[in-house]
Amino acid sequence: MSQDIIQMKGIVKNYFIGTPNELHILKGIDLTVQEGDFVSIVGASGSGKSTLMNMIGVLDRPTAGNYMLDGILTSKMSDNELSDIRNRKIGFVFQTFNLIPRSNALKNVELPMLYAGVDGKTRTKRAKELLELVGMGDRMYHQPNELSGGQKQRVAIARALSNDPPIILADEPTGALDSETGHLVMNLFHRVHDEDGKTIVLITHNPELAKETNRIITLKDGAVISDEPGLGKAVE
Amino acid sequence: MFLKENILLAVTGLRSNKMRAFLTMLGIIIGIGSVIAIVSIGNAVTASVSDTMAGLGANNIEVYVTPKEAQNSTYNVTVGGNNMDESDLISADQIAAFQQKYSDEIAGISYQESLGSGKAKDGRRYANVSVYGVNEGYEKVNNVTLTKGRFLRAKDIEGNRRVAVISDRLVSNMFRGQVNPIGKTIDVDETNGEETYTIVGIYHYKQSAMLGMAVADQDLPTDLYIPVSVAKEQSDYQNYKYFTVQTKTSTNAKSFANKINNYFSKIYANNSAYTCEAYNMESAMSSVTKILNTISTAVAAIAAIALLVGGIGVMNIMLVSVTERTREIGTRKALGARSSYIRMQFIVEAVIICLIGGIIGIIVGILLAWGGVSLLHLKMVISIPTILISVGFSMLIGIFFGYYPAKKASRLDPIDALRYE
Repeated sequence: MSQDIIQMKGIVKNYFIGTPNELHILKGIDLTVQEGDFVSIVGASGSGKSTLMNMIGVLDRPTAGNYMLDGILTSKMSDNELSDIRNRKIGFVFQTFNLIPRSNALKNVELPMLYAGVDGKTRTKRAKELLELVGMGDRMYHQPNELSGGQKQRVAIARALSNDPPIILADEPTGALDSETGHLVMNLFHRVHDEDGKTIVLITHNPELAKETNRIITLKDGAVISDEPGLGKAVE
Repeated sequence: MFLKENILLAVTGLRSNKMRAFLTMLGIIIGIGSVIAIVSIGNAVTASVSDTMAGLGANNIEVYVTPKEAQNSTYNVTVGGNNMDESDLISADQIAAFQQKYSDEIAGISYQESLGSGKAKDGRRYANVSVYGVNEGYEKVNNVTLTKGRFLRAKDIEGNRRVAVISDRLVSNMFRGQVNPIGKTIDVDETNGEETYTIVGIYHYKQSAMLGMAVADQDLPTDLYIPVSVAKEQSDYQNYKYFTVQTKTSTNAKSFANKINNYFSKIYANNSAYTCEAYNMESAMSSVTKILNTISTAVAAIAAIALLVGGIGVMNIMLVSVTERTREIGTRKALGARSSYIRMQFIVEAVIICLIGGIIGIIVGILLAWGGVSLLHLKMVISIPTILISVGFSMLIGIFFGYYPAKKASRLDPIDALRYE
């Protein structure tokens, strides 16, 4: 845990700029996350945590401020460059799983590698390994609609890992699951963190989940109001 | 980019929604199908007409007795009409004199006397025939192909011999191929009674493009040729209303037509009502072909409108598909798809829809054309260029009408797309 993988300085995000309805969602956020950390970002609805997540995941550009991701300044990048950054540096896990319909689990896990230009054989081999890793080895050829919520999320985690990105960005990954399945998914994140040394950023409104992480960052009205350590392990 | 994956993806997508895929393709199927059907039928008709015309001969010049005054609207050009009598017509001697004068340029001359339809009989069986009295030049001028025996000769005509040349179709209908019909006699029921002819030759019957649409095979009348002198015995007129000149291949048919006009205008100089005029088949042929081409082009243009409507249908469904798959597009973008990848994915999908529709359309079109062509008793002409152009064109429709929805998909903001409900 030495290098800063996420370095945000004075990140501002405004919407409807120049109109009477101008909104100030993020009001100059400074955030640094070290490589291999497990961080949670909590906050009520409207606190700006989704917008912050979009910033971290380079789905959006800040109105002002600098963002260094893994040593690369992303603020001035073109759309295509941002696509490539998302592809190689970030593994997304969504609340609603967002598996591609009509594509089986294997194809879903292969997709980021396809966009990265990995050849077919290597793709399939790695996707199979990852599905084994998340315990979905026996459901590789199932369509998303044939899988339960927990199973879908495990496929999504395998997909997030497929290009071996340094950062996993999870947006309410247990929000659509019952608490038991949610725990299983959280344990998977702990495993990924402990065994692969991935940096994980977890966005949640659930303080119980946040407690399991190493560091809890609380947002309110577009600003960080607290930054404290967590338990750093699964709650039994 | 990822062409194979995109094609697989598009095919899987189409399979999962077969009814919609089919309805989307229907416009393309109808459009391409009707273009192929129309062009194929048009080609078949044109080919057959050209064949028929070429059979009549591009070197042939028809010479008709025609009224001098075009403004005389009451004229009656049928033989035996009110104001046309024997002296207005052309005699065999005049034709012979003409032929002699221009023997260097004329390959043959044909003239005939039609006795109308009749029935050939041999006691038990009968066959419909059209009886024509012809001269010895008829064979060459009209491209009659003999399969057995000989055609009528000058001696048959001079001697008023009761001989006949019949079609191979009549032979197969009446003699059933058991015996050699040459030398046999045949009774023919004509308008003025029954005559008996000795068969001297058999010619190969060529199906005409224009005839034979609604007549049962066996009832189809074929031509039966007898010496023109024999036919004239039954006619009120001994002279001819028209004859056909076949020029030698070295002769320019058009300029020779002018010579004919000059030659006969002298003969008819003292005739107040009539003269002779020459018509060249070549010009008639090109004008018929032109008309047919114009008709096919016009109908094909109408079919192209169907294709356009089909293309708009594809665009419509692609737009629906983009909206339905907004979240999928957002996910793909989050996973690292560039805008161009998304655009390509949707264009490939539209092209696949149009291509499959186009191929089905080609099959439907060929089947339709085949049905139409066999109904008209024509020969099917499958035009490979037309098929290739159709395939190419349906892909172009896919690219053209798929581009806008694909562009729309590629421009979606990943954040909005991910949030889309």
